[in-house]
Amino acid sequence: MTAAAMPAPAELPTGDLILDARGVTKRFGGLIAVSDIDFQIPRGSIVSLIGPNGAGKTTFFNMITGLYAPSEGEIWFDGQNITRFKPHQVVRTGIGRTFQNIRLFGNMTALDNVLVGLHHTLRGHWWEAIAHAPGIMREEARALARARELLALMNLAGRESDYARNLPYGDQRRLEIARALATDCKLLLLDEPTAGMNPNETLELTRFVRRIRDEMGLTVLLIEHDMKVVMGISERVTVLDHGEKIAEGSPTEVRADNRVIEAYLGRGAAGQG
Amino acid sequence: MAVSDTMRLRRGVSTGGRARQVGILVVIAIALIVWRRDVPIWGACTNDLSICTNVIAIGLFQGMIVALIALGYTLVYGILQLINFANGDVFMMGSVVTLYAVRLFNGALGIKLGPETDLIIILIWFAITLPISMVICSLLNASIERFAYRPLRRAPTLATLIAAIGMSFVLQNLGQKLIGISPVSLPNLLSTADVLVVGAVHIKFSHVFVTAITLPLLFALVYFVQNTRQGKAMRAVAQDREAAGLMGINVDRTISLTFLIAGALAGGAGVIVALYNGQAWWFYGFPYGLLAFTAAVFGGIGNLKGAAVGGILLGIMISLNAYYIDPRWQEVMTFGILVLVLVFRPTGLFGSAQSERA
Amino acid sequence: MAVMTDLRGSPRRRLLDWIRDERNQRRIVIGLLAFVIVYAMFFVQLRNTPGVGELMRTFPLPSVNNLIVMCYYAILALGLNVVVGFAGLLDLGYVAFYVFGAYTTAVLASPLFNIHVPWWFVAPIAVAVAATAGVLLGAPTLKLRGDYLAIVTLGFGEILPRLAKNLDSVNIDIGFSIPGNILGLQWMAKDLDIIPLTRLVGPDTNVTGGNIGVNPIDPPILPIPGPWGAQLEFSNSNPTASFVLILALLLLVFFVCIRLRDSRLGRAWIAVREDETAAASMGIDTVSTKLLAFGLGASFSGFTGAFFGSYSTAIFPESFNFAISITILIMIILGGMGSLRGVVLGAFMLIYINETLLPYLGAFVDTPVQAVGGAISAVPLFGELLRTFTLTSYNFLIFGVILILFMLFRPEGLLPAAARKAELHGEGVSADETFGTSSEVAEAATDFEEREEGGLPGAPDEPDQPGGGAAPAGGGGGAT
Repeated sequence: MTAAAMPAPAELPTGDLILDARGVTKRFGGLIAVSDIDFQIPRGSIVSLIGPNGAGKTTFFNMITGLYAPSEGEIWFDGQNITRFKPHQVVRTGIGRTFQNIRLFGNMTALDNVLVGLHHTLRGHWWEAIAHAPGIMREEARALARARELLALMNLAGRESDYARNLPYGDQRRLEIARALATDCKLLLLDEPTAGMNPNETLELTRFVRRIRDEMGLTVLLIEHDMKVVMGISERVTVLDHGEKIAEGSPTEVRADNRVIEAYLGRGAAGQG
Repeated sequence: MAVSDTMRLRRGVSTGGRARQVGILVVIAIALIVWRRDVPIWGACTNDLSICTNVIAIGLFQGMIVALIALGYTLVYGILQLINFANGDVFMMGSVVTLYAVRLFNGALGIKLGPETDLIIILIWFAITLPISMVICSLLNASIERFAYRPLRRAPTLATLIAAIGMSFVLQNLGQKLIGISPVSLPNLLSTADVLVVGAVHIKFSHVFVTAITLPLLFALVYFVQNTRQGKAMRAVAQDREAAGLMGINVDRTISLTFLIAGALAGGAGVIVALYNGQAWWFYGFPYGLLAFTAAVFGGIGNLKGAAVGGILLGIMISLNAYYIDPRWQEVMTFGILVLVLVFRPTGLFGSAQSERA
Repeated sequence: MAVMTDLRGSPRRRLLDWIRDERNQRRIVIGLLAFVIVYAMFFVQLRNTPGVGELMRTFPLPSVNNLIVMCYYAILALGLNVVVGFAGLLDLGYVAFYVFGAYTTAVLASPLFNIHVPWWFVAPIAVAVAATAGVLLGAPTLKLRGDYLAIVTLGFGEILPRLAKNLDSVNIDIGFSIPGNILGLQWMAKDLDIIPLTRLVGPDTNVTGGNIGVNPIDPPILPIPGPWGAQLEFSNSNPTASFVLILALLLLVFFVCIRLRDSRLGRAWIAVREDETAAASMGIDTVSTKLLAFGLGASFSGFTGAFFGSYSTAIFPESFNFAISITILIMIILGGMGSLRGVVLGAFMLIYINETLLPYLGAFVDTPVQAVGGAISAVPLFGELLRTFTLTSYNFLIFGVILILFMLFRPEGLLPAAARKAELHGEGVSADETFGTSSEVAEAATDFEEREEGGLPGAPDEPDQPGGGAAPAGGGGGAT
């Protein structure tokens, strides 16, 4: 069951798709990092993208969020073609993200970090800010309230005036999620959110992801290196290896797939397992 | 992985935008022609080939000096990704040494140096002054690195850049004290008599002299960096400092060596320029430094041959500008080139040796 | 020992608490402003009063002209701080925008073209021109890395003063023709005129005054009669009035900077400075954010340029050079990048040291050093150097050393933005929490106290006034 052999439309999830990537390829010079991938996310689901190191997961992520332009293919989000969008335009359509290696604004307070996430939801111009126009004061007050609410949601209520770089690791991870949620996203992309966490923290985070999906009506796309994390919460799993999609389906199906086992454990392992 | 991704990405973007870049350059070129329509830039050059060739020849010799200083910038940038602002002022210190060497000869030995002095004496004087200047300037440059830059090696590059600017101020002030506020004339030691006339090109003694000093230095340096063990260590440190350290290369010593070499080149150039221009001035470090830096960027910073070729090209352009347009536009032209190269082709004409290090 | 510390600590703590109270801060600032204005008003008279004048001369008090220089450099530093401190774009050619401001004023209010627009209209035009220049020159640099950006801006900073110098005989002809000869070959009977040559500007129009600059430039004038005459003139003939004007401009700019920093745009600047990719991924349009930084930063220098030209009633191309760009940068680094109070303090200190303190100290130091030089005049080099020693002529060496020492030992500057930032968001949190939670802030707070201890009794507004600025005048300078 190779990617090429898959009769594409038939196996695609039907219904309301929030993200629809078709034939996406990314070449870096001669290297093909992501090759002809079709990828769909049904609205309201939790979907995972997994694969060994260097499989092209983050490259794919970066194409969705506009950091890289795909060499081929199209990406549609919520009825809009976002293939050539710049990162800030992508965010405005409703995609929020976190980074694999945390990229908070270290010299800003936790509160300010979240306020930056709210940036594009605010309309005030700088000249209004200089004049302290009444409209902008109300807007800022609302933004501040919203930011505090998000911090509280992430259990960071007491941390708002701490500098991001001074926060403990777990808090930083959660602050990054709070910042992404602040962008008022419909689709939340989490790039290895449990990296560096202990099993307890991991469990807590997976619960949390499910909770925000349910409470805020989000769709979540997870990148994970670790298959165990994914199996617990995802409804669909897509497996990449060497830039190609090698399997897709429910966690159980994917776990049983020979190519997946091969990719993770090396050639030969599949035969034995 | 991530780093190389971004690097490749950038390269991809730049190829995509090349048509646009060329378009902008063409527009600028046309704008220049439109602006100075009254000056027949190419017409003049084509009408009188002999003058044109001469102008280019003069530019070539000046360019070699620029190349000498440019190598200092490119060496240090290659290894530390630092624009050593003080390099131009170390070069200026070379002219201070020249000035004092002249005074010492006049005072202590009672030998009055001037155009009438025996060539042998001038050569002896030069053979003493040049190495002394090179040694002093290389030690100066290395101690600048040791005391101002080394403690900042783990700090952001911009911190080191700012420290370099501070160092440049210190050296300028010192030069001002050692030379005086206004430029000081040096005896005219390099005769401007024609040595060789090839067709329309008149080659003067000063040109031969500059070439005889500069070219061996340039080649020696390229040979050193490419073929010796120390040179290989330098390239290794430039590639990856930590890995080079793990491989048993003494990183600190290699960096010191780089600064020694850059300082020696600047010191040599300082003597040559002081004699060529016939004066020493504390402020020369800044314009020459920027000129040399432009040359280094032009050829692709971090790339030795690029810096040499960039220096010579720039020298020729300056010379053409001085003759056919107006010498007072020299700075505008050089910085214009610098800005255009950095904005449209930051890797320079020949590509930067360090471009992989995004 | 512990008891002693306690005893010393307690009043200090109370003083600190008192200072932290916002109302008290406002009182201090207003009081100091009033003091400085009164000082400026009566400076000349006091200086000329027998007895008092001599007493004043024994202290390094800044003259009113020095205060003016302090203020306009403070505005320049605040402007550059928007670019360097907030948005993190190292600009080594800030003088370029200053040139725009000054020369706009020169063109619009001088005999050069015989246009005499009142200053009050010239100033906003200069601001607009400088801001436009900021955006236009900033645009091509947006994609460059830090050090390349620095060099390109340095290039602009060199090109513009050159243009100011060289554009004294401008001829602009529009037209395009293909030359009849190329490479020495006559291939056409004559040049082929595609667009016939038309003279747009010229012949030899003097746009900038060239080498000799523009002199005189109209000063700002208000038609208010008073002891100063029929109308109030803000030029160097009336330093007190000029000082009040520039102080008002400084306060305005400072206020604008505070509002900008705490705005949505200010947060975007800092986010871009911290991590451009992450900022873009949070919905910030980095291109327009950076361009706004260039434009707004430049606009302040347009303001200053307009003031400088009119106040000194003349400008020369030589007064705009790389050293100015760097001096302003040193002020920012000295005070603390991104910290508004720090930047103003840095500007005041540097100008104070350069214009007041060095000449004052020089009066004590120069003669003995020269005497030593005379005694050892036989020693080559050193004898001569010492014999002609004047402290003021070593100012750039001193600044260079300051720059290096700060990079080595205190790269964040005297008044880093960190402590300030924490205070600002302390609204919903108690002061203790604000200062107690993060180690960084705690550290900054200790620094606060330490410096307060080593600081000067006479400078309550800036508890962190460094020992170097030692003078009541330094305190006066810290008013804003």
